[in-house]
Amino acid sequence: MFDGIQRRVVSAWFPRLASDRMLRAQPLAGPCAVTLRQNNANRIHCLNAAAERQGLQRGMSLSEARIFCPDLQSRAADPQGDQQFLQVLRRWATRYCPWVGLEGDDGLVLDISGAAHLFGGEALMLADMRQRLTRAGFAVRIGLGDTRGAAWALARFGEGVAAPGQPLETLGPLPVAALRLDDKTLTALQRLGLRRISDLAAAARAPLTRRFGPGLLMRLDQALGRQPEQITPLADPPHYGVRITLPEPIGLQGDVMAAAARLLDQLCGKLKAQEAGARSLCLTLRRVDQEPQEVELRLARPLRDPQRILPLFETGLREVGAGFGIDQVRLEATRVEPLPVRQISHVSSDGKDRLDDLISRLGTRIGIDNIQRFLPADSHIPERSFLIAPAAYCEPAGPWVALRPRPLRLFPPEPIAAAGARPPGQFRWRRMSLTTARATGPERIAPEWWLDDDNWRSGLRDYWQVETRQGRRLWLYYTPQDPGWFVQGEFA
Amino acid sequence: MSADLFSSFPLRKARVHEVLGPAAVSFAAVTAAQAGAGLLWVREGWRGEMPNPVGLSPYFDPSTLLVAQVKTQADGLAVMEEALRDGALPLVVIELGQPLGLTPGRRLQLAAQAGQSTGLCLISDGMGSNAAETRWQCAPVFDPVFDPGDSTLQRWDLIKNKSGTLGAWHVRWDTASRRLRMVSPAGK
Repeated sequence: MFDGIQRRVVSAWFPRLASDRMLRAQPLAGPCAVTLRQNNANRIHCLNAAAERQGLQRGMSLSEARIFCPDLQSRAADPQGDQQFLQVLRRWATRYCPWVGLEGDDGLVLDISGAAHLFGGEALMLADMRQRLTRAGFAVRIGLGDTRGAAWALARFGEGVAAPGQPLETLGPLPVAALRLDDKTLTALQRLGLRRISDLAAAARAPLTRRFGPGLLMRLDQALGRQPEQITPLADPPHYGVRITLPEPIGLQGDVMAAAARLLDQLCGKLKAQEAGARSLCLTLRRVDQEPQEVELRLARPLRDPQRILPLFETGLREVGAGFGIDQVRLEATRVEPLPVRQISHVSSDGKDRLDDLISRLGTRIGIDNIQRFLPADSHIPERSFLIAPAAYCEPAGPWVALRPRPLRLFPPEPIAAAGARPPGQFRWRRMSLTTARATGPERIAPEWWLDDDNWRSGLRDYWQVETRQGRRLWLYYTPQDPGWFVQGEFA
Repeated sequence: MSADLFSSFPLRKARVHEVLGPAAVSFAAVTAAQAGAGLLWVREGWRGEMPNPVGLSPYFDPSTLLVAQVKTQADGLAVMEEALRDGALPLVVIELGQPLGLTPGRRLQLAAQAGQSTGLCLISDGMGSNAAETRWQCAPVFDPVFDPGDSTLQRWDLIKNKSGTLGAWHVRWDTASRRLRMVSPAGK
């Protein structure tokens, strides 16, 4: 067919992927189900064979299922974990052929053209596949055909093998649902009396296209091999880990740094090929007594420049004890972010780079999240008019606008003894006796009712800028709805 | 009054200085405004008070401010030394809770010299270190002349100076022109 090689496709379907995976992790006896929360109800997502024999179905609510089967055991579903596991299976399946793709969210499709003889023929290959998957605890249904459509149909409806070159003989008796059609089309075909694929293949094409559009016959042609369909093999995600094993253990810091430099060169080459930059790195040093030690490094910005990363490891390496020596060094980029190649220009300053390097270096000592910067926030509430965010993960933002004078220092409100809506003539604050000379105000700030803030439970605040005879200028407020006076800041 | 403020005020570069008193934070803000873009503020995370970025905006652009939250003073001093030695930031400010020993004080001076950046320690009364280049005492002063838009009148006392004379000045930050203005004290 293609270059003289008959194209052969295997479709493997895991009808109970979620529950099989759950049972692999924690074996349970008896009926059990995996439930998914949908529309505020726990619905059954997947069942094991014992539960299916009890008459339970997918999509049932869990409480309903418990009435039919009181001893049903259930666990929460993890669709994301299932997808990751399917990726693992995909990787495993490359032992049969290099051309493996995903089929929906519970199946694999393998293009085994020209690979079957390596396992002693198609039948032996399928038997091997089935035996290995069953031993791992997975229910699997495998179909083999000339096309992806035929393999899909055979995996899901009447497991079997279509002989090369004659798809219609095997596919003919299967129901039309085996053609990957949507429900509406299926119902309409039922009404027309076209129940089997052979019926559909024998029907006149023009009226069908007029009635259902090109999709129906496209699926039929794909299954019968009249129209090609691609299988997209997924590439393995790049792995950002390198290691070096040494013939003799090393112990000097300079030697370890030299090993790290070699690894870093390799790793940065990989990162460059993928146009990525490392955001956090982990250097694992294995000692001869088999006890690994780890040095973590988190960077203020994605980087792939060995000369800039290497000095940052020095602080961490100083704290590592070499013991009887280190015989293996492993470097992994644990977090990677895209870092496209940039145009170098003569006007770009290196000031930002220097600052980022400084932040990374300080971060190795006090934790990179503890170096923060202020971001403006849109709020009239003084303590919410700015945000504090780790400097490594945000860019400086502006502009900063102060419509009214704001104090240089803000502290949690400190109550003072006073009464009345006007600022007190004399008051004591922090063991100081202060006399009001001038008061400017009030500036009324209302609480943000859409946020529940305990500090603003007392309601409105009338802010006063109070100048004292002692020199200090304080920011006082009065709460008219729950009378009281507080000091919240000091002006400069 | 005494010698010219501007012979010692834009703080001498590549040295570490000290400031104390109730208006120490505003002294730091004025220093930062004159030092140019980039400021690292090292503080112990458990302390309640924080500089208010909105209140700092009349002095300099708060987006150039970095805050390092440290657990102990030893960490804070290490961070300050590293930042001073690097020289990427023209000014590093630290809030000190305990008096500085001779060794750390000297180390900070050497680091500042290596990186050509200025250090400023906010200290409490009686906590001065011998290594400091200058020490300032800053307090707000009541101004009988009323001007609601103006900043606080302050009295800055230079109480230690390794290379120059001491003095006392009345100053005020001019928000519009972003400059420090010397004021002759009232009644003199």
